[in-house]
Amino acid sequence: MALAGISSLGQSDPKGGSHTRTPLQRFQLPVKFKPIGLIPFFGFVGLFLVWPAFSLFRLAIQPTKNSDISAMREAITGDYLDSFIYTIKLSLLTALLGVLLGSLLAASVLRIERPKWFRNFMTSFAGVAANLGGIPLAFAFIAALGTQGLITKMIDYFGVNLSDAGFRISNFAGITIVYLYFQIPLMFLIMVPAFNGLRAAWSEAAASLGAAPWQYWRYVGLPLLTPALLGGFLLLFSNAFSAYATAYALSSGGARLVPVQIRFFLQGNTITGKDNLGYALAAWMIIIMLITMTGYLFVRRRAEKWQQ
Amino acid sequence: MSALEFVNVSKSFRDVNALSNFTIALEQGELVSLLGPSGCGKTTALRIAAGFETADTGAILLGSTNIISLPAHQRRMGMVFQSYSLFPNLNIRDNVAFGLKVRGVPGDARKKRAEEMLDLVRLSDLGHRMPHQISGGQQQRVALARALATEPHVLLLDEPLSALDAKIRVEVRDEIRRLNRDLGVTTMFVTHDQDEAMSISDRICVMNNGVIEQTGSPRDIYNNPATSFVAHFVGSINSLPMGSTRVLIRPENLVLATHDESAHWRGTITDTTFVGAFTKISVVLDNDNSSVSVLAISAQIDRNIEIGKSIGINEATR
Repeated sequence: MALAGISSLGQSDPKGGSHTRTPLQRFQLPVKFKPIGLIPFFGFVGLFLVWPAFSLFRLAIQPTKNSDISAMREAITGDYLDSFIYTIKLSLLTALLGVLLGSLLAASVLRIERPKWFRNFMTSFAGVAANLGGIPLAFAFIAALGTQGLITKMIDYFGVNLSDAGFRISNFAGITIVYLYFQIPLMFLIMVPAFNGLRAAWSEAAASLGAAPWQYWRYVGLPLLTPALLGGFLLLFSNAFSAYATAYALSSGGARLVPVQIRFFLQGNTITGKDNLGYALAAWMIIIMLITMTGYLFVRRRAEKWQQ
Repeated sequence: MSALEFVNVSKSFRDVNALSNFTIALEQGELVSLLGPSGCGKTTALRIAAGFETADTGAILLGSTNIISLPAHQRRMGMVFQSYSLFPNLNIRDNVAFGLKVRGVPGDARKKRAEEMLDLVRLSDLGHRMPHQISGGQQQRVALARALATEPHVLLLDEPLSALDAKIRVEVRDEIRRLNRDLGVTTMFVTHDQDEAMSISDRICVMNNGVIEQTGSPRDIYNNPATSFVAHFVGSINSLPMGSTRVLIRPENLVLATHDESAHWRGTITDTTFVGAFTKISVVLDNDNSSVSVLAISAQIDRNIEIGKSIGINEATR
């Protein structure tokens, strides 16, 4: 039972050798039965992740009736390819801006020490804003920045016409702004604990060694924050990539986002000769997320090399 | 001219006076300890010297230059912290070379200097390790090497031994003293531990409530305490009645009376603790019930010392 010996090392009472076990430990299974504890986890993953994905791919690669190209091919040609490019562009842009602005916001809020309630207020607000999406958010923005929106009218009063300037709440710039409303607070929530993890002694040690603030950030601060920044970027990217209700409501159903396209098929619509296209679009979304996650794990491992 | 001088430095946090008219001068190569209980202002003084806190009034002179308004990174002060402050993303050698890197020293020279410094703290074979892979004592020695690599004007040590266990603490303490002597670097050492301060310092500055109680050599502080606070804070001391007043006498300066009738004070033994060469005898005085301890050389206790026995005490003749 070498394993049990090692685990008890860290918990043993430094003053005596008494082997007191916590109530939870007392009810632990013998080592050979321990994998049993993982059954609920694998059951959950199998039922809600592996099996649906498997079924999806099976349907997506089925030969299509009345068509000489497969649904998987069809899903990345023509308008559908444009949809993918549009969705990836939107996700990348809002993730990048979210990472940048959310991190700056976290850094500046943490610098404000007084009033004491301010930091908690910002964290609570970010928690709400990060989870506010979908139709309520879309309508809030339509009411503010839509063609008849309050802010649109106010700006118009000062002689600037948003429509004439090419801005629509339903076009790329409009959707980007609306997405940032939840992307920035989400990044803020990720970065607050990351910034708190940076010890004051590190920046002070750097300063006493002659490092200007930018040198501290260049050689110590940013490298230490990189894993959190990368993780945040991935989360924001997938957040934007899979969001659809917000964009759908903003554009009255006409947005070119892939999830909105999939919704068309979900509603039971079919186009003759494109039976399995909905499955194929979803399959490609999964593939893109898998590629992104693999890339993320690779980059993250490099960024965390100092921890091994 | 002093290497580092505080002139009337004051600092308050909101309504608390952390430091009041703090004035002290460190000679070149000298090791001065700031000793006192927590909240006495010792760390504040050090952090003002380093540039991490701003003083409300006063001047900090480095040689003849007032550096009070210089930012921390332009002061050339080497600092070692209580918590291990090595950069976790850099290996040991790069940590030591950090100060040279930000000063633009080229790679080869930097590496050579880092190796020299690691040699100096006898850790030359650990250069490739990461900070979390070495022990706490080793981390503090690396922190010393890192602080000294850039040849700072002054070395500032903020309770650098507090996080270490007893044996390692003595090792690192001796290392600090050795480096101070070998390199001749002026050193300011903040501690709340009197033994640490006594064993390492050229001079000790005892502080309380933001003011200096006494500055002097360890011997001076111990033998001629200027205030009651210093007498009580450094070493242990007995307060004994003498006429209408009280005198403060160290336990080792009291002796058990050989003839009962000649004793200055009389009391009852409440406890004896054998600590090897010495035996500590606790006595409650008959006339005012105050507790007194006498430190006697074990070999010289010729009488049968027992709890409950009546005993006479005298001041040792020097």
